[in-house]
Amino acid sequence: MLQDKDRIFQNLYNDLGSDVASSQKRGDWVNTNEITKKGRDWIINEIKESQLRGRGGAGFPTGLKWSFAPKEVGSRPHYLVINADESEPGTCKDRDILRFEPHKLIEGCLIASYAVQAHVCYIYIRGEYFNEGQKLQIAINEAYEKKLIGKNAAGTGWDLDIYIHYGAGAYICGEETALLESLEGKKGQPRLKPPFPALIGLYGCPTILNNVETIAVVPTILRRGGKWFASLGREKNTGTKIFCISGNVNNPCNVEEEMSIPLKELIEVHAGGVIGGWDNLQAVIPGGSSMPLIPKEKCETLTMDFDSLVSEKSGFGTAGVVVINKDQDIIKCMARIARFYKHESCGQCTPCREGSGWMWRMLERMARGEASKDEIEMLGDVTKQIEGHTICAFGEGAAWPVQGLLRHFKDEIKKRNNFNPIVRENKNIPYLVDQHLLDKNA
Amino acid sequence: MTLRKISKNQPENFQFTKESLEEVNDIIKKYPTGREQSAVMPILYIAQKQNDNWIPLSAMKCIAKILKMPYIKVYEVATFYTMYNLTPVGNNFIQVCTTTPCMIRGAGKIVEACKEKISKNENELSKENNCSWMEVECLGACINAPMMQINDDYYEDLDKEKALEILDQIIQGKKPKPGSYKGRLNSEPENNRKTLLDLKNASR
Repeated sequence: MLQDKDRIFQNLYNDLGSDVASSQKRGDWVNTNEITKKGRDWIINEIKESQLRGRGGAGFPTGLKWSFAPKEVGSRPHYLVINADESEPGTCKDRDILRFEPHKLIEGCLIASYAVQAHVCYIYIRGEYFNEGQKLQIAINEAYEKKLIGKNAAGTGWDLDIYIHYGAGAYICGEETALLESLEGKKGQPRLKPPFPALIGLYGCPTILNNVETIAVVPTILRRGGKWFASLGREKNTGTKIFCISGNVNNPCNVEEEMSIPLKELIEVHAGGVIGGWDNLQAVIPGGSSMPLIPKEKCETLTMDFDSLVSEKSGFGTAGVVVINKDQDIIKCMARIARFYKHESCGQCTPCREGSGWMWRMLERMARGEASKDEIEMLGDVTKQIEGHTICAFGEGAAWPVQGLLRHFKDEIKKRNNFNPIVRENKNIPYLVDQHLLDKNA
Repeated sequence: MTLRKISKNQPENFQFTKESLEEVNDIIKKYPTGREQSAVMPILYIAQKQNDNWIPLSAMKCIAKILKMPYIKVYEVATFYTMYNLTPVGNNFIQVCTTTPCMIRGAGKIVEACKEKISKNENELSKENNCSWMEVECLGACINAPMMQINDDYYEDLDKEKALEILDQIIQGKKPKPGSYKGRLNSEPENNRKTLLDLKNASR
């Protein structure tokens, strides 16, 4: 288990209070100007050395992303945008950072803004997190008062303004380009990439977008050194991560742990075990609802990091672990996730808009046992038609959980669904199209 | 995609109050000059707050004029995002999360409680005319499942009895305490804390 002194978010459960004074006691805002004095290149190199990967789901190396920002500010200003549109089912880590560690985020914003030469930072919070946003606003006001942000922020000689922008209940706005569209006051429909936001982003200006957790760990990494962060976890999957363990466990919780921690340890130690015992475990969704589920057999030895989950044909995503035990109907669970994606599709690309509804309706019928055996293959085919044929990764996010179900629980679906569409054997179904095939004399 | 319906009963006129207008002007200042359109989402919220928790078409027209953008663009935004109510809802607007992590911890029971206490169908006013409820997608409090949101507040770690109690109080016009109803501190593992033990209850 990770030692307490190596935990970055000491106030994850709000034992200590989130105001600026208690944050300073925990080491935030201590000599921030010493860090910026070492220069942009040092900051970016240190982040590169820490091998920090984005915590929002895609796991893109943060140092590399920052280095894409143009070296010189041209005619267009640079922007930093923080993605706090946390809506992935199973994930609620950013909420606790916004509520209880807002100063880590604000200090991270200052350092990141300095590194990518932005004078304005927008924090895009999902509309439902109104109270969390208000808490962050209080922290921002405190920081302005103490001159930690604003003109010559924290004595760094850098000017920074931070504004909060609330979303309004659209999951798709967690996708970076959809978020930018939304911030510009339009419908949240993703843009084609390239051009990437680092060159053409908000208002057509170079924009760096990062997740809340990514930015909030930056000050600690720079204080303790990239080497320290890289010493936790394993190569390319370094550092600590907030895991959200929800679903059928005895003590659902958020906990900050080392990367590459075994899944079993996470569930048994921190979350108090599966309800009904480990043998009652059916499957685990390892990284938020978009990631394919993992059946029990594999959960025994699974370690939680980006690369090991990719090799299991799943993904680390946001580290929102949803535990599903044998009391649950796995097909129904996935049908509900399919309904989520049907509801949240932005409607821009046809395969996703139409396909997400198809998948939902087919899965609902499969959960009721009203589908035929052929339809199982057809469902797999539909997921393949969506995957890779959309502008953004929402298509994959919608298709993967269904593929995961088909990969691991096909037998379960087959067992339940025996509907035979041949008319001869189902004479009492008046709405079937091929009524004329009925044997009139029989 | 979601189907958004516009209310059939639309008020003729909509005017921002003086306080709202001040707020509107403050918000526009957050965005660079020439990019006033960015303010459309926060201003829609202000209109919604002012107009009993829903947005009439006349408010969209008013906002379009203030921000000097085409009315249809405001309409597009208002109909795209699900948190803008386009039909009247109760003063107490109850949203029950029923996405998988909540579903497997019994969100169905919370829906039942709403059906018993408020109205049989979603988006219907209760007989006291002060509440309405609906099922929504993930509200982002999965470790505190099942949960519901009443106006801006989250009520977490519920079961049917607790939900009924809360709804009773809401109907009577009281405001029950938001947060976890299991007595645990935020998102810590209940009675099973293994981390940050030195700090436990430090401030209390």
